[in-house]
Amino acid sequence: MTKKYDKLVTNALGRIVPEVINGQVAVPFMGIGKYKPAGHRYGPAISSCADYPADGNKLVASLRDALELCGLKDGMTISTHHHFRDGDLIANQIFDIAHDMGVKNLVWAPSASFPCHEYLIKYLEDGTINRIEGSMNGPLGKFTSRGKMAGLAVLRSHGGRYQAIQDGELKVDITVIGATCCDPFGNANGLNGTSASGGLGFALADSQYAGKVVVVTDNLIEFPCVPWQIQGNYVDYTVLVDKVGIPEKIVSGTTQITKSPDRLLLAEMTARFCEVTGIIREGFSFQAGAGGTALAVGDFFYKIMKEKGIKARFARGGSNLYLVKMLEEGYVDFILDGQTFDLDGVRSMAMNPNHLMTTPFTSYNYHGKGNFSGMVDVAILGATEIDVNFNGNVVTHSDGYLLHGIGGWQNCLFSKTVIIPIPLFRDRIPVIVDEVTTLCGPGELIDVIVTERGICINPLRTDLLEKVQGSGLPVVTINQLKEEAERICGKPEKPKFLNEIVAAIKWVDGTVIDSVWKLSE
Amino acid sequence: MEAFEKIPASAGIFFYQNPIFVINQIQTKVNFKKSIGTAGNSGGKTRSDCQVTIEPTDSGGIVIDLISKVKVLYGTDIIRQIHEILDFYQIINARVSVADSGALSWVIAARIEAAVRDLFDVKESWLLPLHANVIRPTSMDKRRFSRLYLPGNSPSLMINAYLHKPDGLILDLEDSVAPEKKPEARVLVRNALRSLDFGNTERMVRINQLPAGLEDLDWLIPHGVNLVLLPKCEQASQVEAVKARIDEIQNQNNLSGNVWIMPIIESAKGVANAVQIAAASKTVVALAIGLEDFTADLGVRRTQEGGESSYARSALVIAAKAAGIQAIDSVFSDVEDMEGLRDNVQRSRAMGFDGMGCIHPRQIPVIHENFAPDAEEIEKAGKIVIAFKEAQAKGLGVVSLGSKMIDPPVVKRAQKTIDLAIELSLIEKNWYENLSI
Repeated sequence: MTKKYDKLVTNALGRIVPEVINGQVAVPFMGIGKYKPAGHRYGPAISSCADYPADGNKLVASLRDALELCGLKDGMTISTHHHFRDGDLIANQIFDIAHDMGVKNLVWAPSASFPCHEYLIKYLEDGTINRIEGSMNGPLGKFTSRGKMAGLAVLRSHGGRYQAIQDGELKVDITVIGATCCDPFGNANGLNGTSASGGLGFALADSQYAGKVVVVTDNLIEFPCVPWQIQGNYVDYTVLVDKVGIPEKIVSGTTQITKSPDRLLLAEMTARFCEVTGIIREGFSFQAGAGGTALAVGDFFYKIMKEKGIKARFARGGSNLYLVKMLEEGYVDFILDGQTFDLDGVRSMAMNPNHLMTTPFTSYNYHGKGNFSGMVDVAILGATEIDVNFNGNVVTHSDGYLLHGIGGWQNCLFSKTVIIPIPLFRDRIPVIVDEVTTLCGPGELIDVIVTERGICINPLRTDLLEKVQGSGLPVVTINQLKEEAERICGKPEKPKFLNEIVAAIKWVDGTVIDSVWKLSE
Repeated sequence: MEAFEKIPASAGIFFYQNPIFVINQIQTKVNFKKSIGTAGNSGGKTRSDCQVTIEPTDSGGIVIDLISKVKVLYGTDIIRQIHEILDFYQIINARVSVADSGALSWVIAARIEAAVRDLFDVKESWLLPLHANVIRPTSMDKRRFSRLYLPGNSPSLMINAYLHKPDGLILDLEDSVAPEKKPEARVLVRNALRSLDFGNTERMVRINQLPAGLEDLDWLIPHGVNLVLLPKCEQASQVEAVKARIDEIQNQNNLSGNVWIMPIIESAKGVANAVQIAAASKTVVALAIGLEDFTADLGVRRTQEGGESSYARSALVIAAKAAGIQAIDSVFSDVEDMEGLRDNVQRSRAMGFDGMGCIHPRQIPVIHENFAPDAEEIEKAGKIVIAFKEAQAKGLGVVSLGSKMIDPPVVKRAQKTIDLAIELSLIEKNWYENLSI
């Protein structure tokens, strides 16, 4: 059996990482923009239209039939996507079928995992699934941290996933794309149907590069299904099922503006910072994240823009009621939408030509000839920990457990200004720490930390430091923040890790930026 | 118990060697009120709190069962703290369980102490060092636009409260604390007074109705409280009793400085006696009105417009102003309705109130904005102050603005408006340099 990892080295950030992951050579992080692999993009086998029904009808009777026709066998990599978030009904079914067929050692490559996928732990335990490459949320993260996964888990950002598929690091054998609307040919979108979830951008790379492509829908319509967010020309089989997702779980809890006065305070301070430093100006652009605080920041932006009578050129990110309101009232010209968070977002994307679906290719991909992330004026992001060198962690908690995926976080760090509004401590857990438990993003890309007890600006951003002078904003140093957190909470102990790696964290270019270490029970 | 307290601290070592003897001693000399002492909250959506139970045993030392979401980070520290406090109370054998949802150390200390006190009566308090920010007296006529109520037994709401910048923070021992939780709330509030950062806010506590409220004072006065709210106040003698008890505690502890009193009028009788209450002590800085109880006392429904309480509110304002103190309005209870709150504040201010209570941090900016002087008022005040300065410079005894004579009290009030506007950053400190009148 392949070793989970081999050849530990120290990378450019001083983190210990493996040079061999699941038998595959891996490159340690070298620095931002330093790694530029040579060669050609990976490509799937050539297909011929002569092999496909001339009438375009690729419908097969069941998901099992489709998987069998795709040649599902031991050791394959199967990918799915998180457009239905916690309401996903596809991934679990795939591995039920694989288990039934007696297939072993599969790699699951989801674009993100959710609590509903806790179901798959039994297949990780019985050898149906060897490992996850993508993200591990909640229970799956805990399972991974305890060293129970057979292979080494690999975490990638949304952009990193596209990069890994394009350069052949992640070879997807079969992708199963859940769509809320599809025709028999395989043209598909997420805009129509009872489970409508918005854009299908996360499945783009898989549709183009996977060995076999299956589209599953509960809403089969006659050709043509438009817009074809997924093009039928890439699709091998289509399947009609009773249900692809649970609509009420597709809109998850993080899509509501927070009502917590403390978080609203953070959001207000963040918006005020952007006002004072001139980030909010006519024609600016911003990334609105998914968390309650990030949504509230967007709403405070809206109030400031309204007051000043200015508008933004575009807003990036997950769309929702609040962003749609700004678009419809003329406060943003365009929504460039990577992920649709509520039904207002779905409706707007379907109806409004200025509400456009983006994909990890357009927004984040390292192997593209540029991407959108660097064009965004300000990105508002979260973190579980930030250290005194401004390095950020988004995947593990201070107790060492892996609990979240990277999402688009690493990719958004390339925005012109990155602001992280976070509480100084959560209950008794300090958020500003000596050293992050897991380093997911280098401090040189993180510009501003906004906490309820002070704002600190990365010393590299002398321009921002200058602009806040005399603003009345409570500007402090990162060390002051760390000391204040320790004064209030006490100095925390470090989790006791065992000498074994359980997951590798990839940087946007495919290099290994850090490792997650095993915890005992 | 008394003999017990006289045992020197070093005797603890002796106890450890003879646990059975000690337990016998405890059982004979200490009257346990119950077999298990409990304090604090856990489970459900509880955050930043913990529940502690202590069950004395015959032998086996201190056995700790700790469930904590921060066990990896602070488990050792929590266990050290448990031992330290039990040692202080000379408890040698006990099963202790702590269910912790991320409580800060001053909260944990309060819960352990309260669980001990739930077991048997002790006199000594286990005190944490005073926060650097604690000893900061406040002035009689300081701005009191807003004061935020915080339930006295809910630590999670206390920790960040000062960041929302109310003029005062009220740790409430009265209505927001369930009767069976009153003893542990006292310990928590005392620790909060000592350890919590209040920023620049005034440190207030609402005590219980008398006579229980007099006992509450023991837990507050030595620990840096600025102001005590006396609920359901109906006559001057109640204020006098509070004042006398404060003096007594201050004398016992060699403390000086004023602890202000804010009686809350919540009944027809209280309104009828408002003039005497306002003048009952020089340390009464304000009269507040509590309309929920007041309307209940009258047997009427409380309305948004407040017609049913307009006499009472006016009477309270007059009584306060006659005594030269502030008048403080009741809370506005619909935390979602910011428009309604704004109208309410404007009406309040027009009646002569100087501030009001609030129950949610988001109410604070609305209250401040609407109690603050508006642009027109500031401009008028500015003109008066400048006219006064000019008159002074010219050596004139009489100040006039246009054809009007300005009386000294008007100048004084104008100066106050200007000071307030500067304090609220509505105008610059050097405003008169930029003024074109």
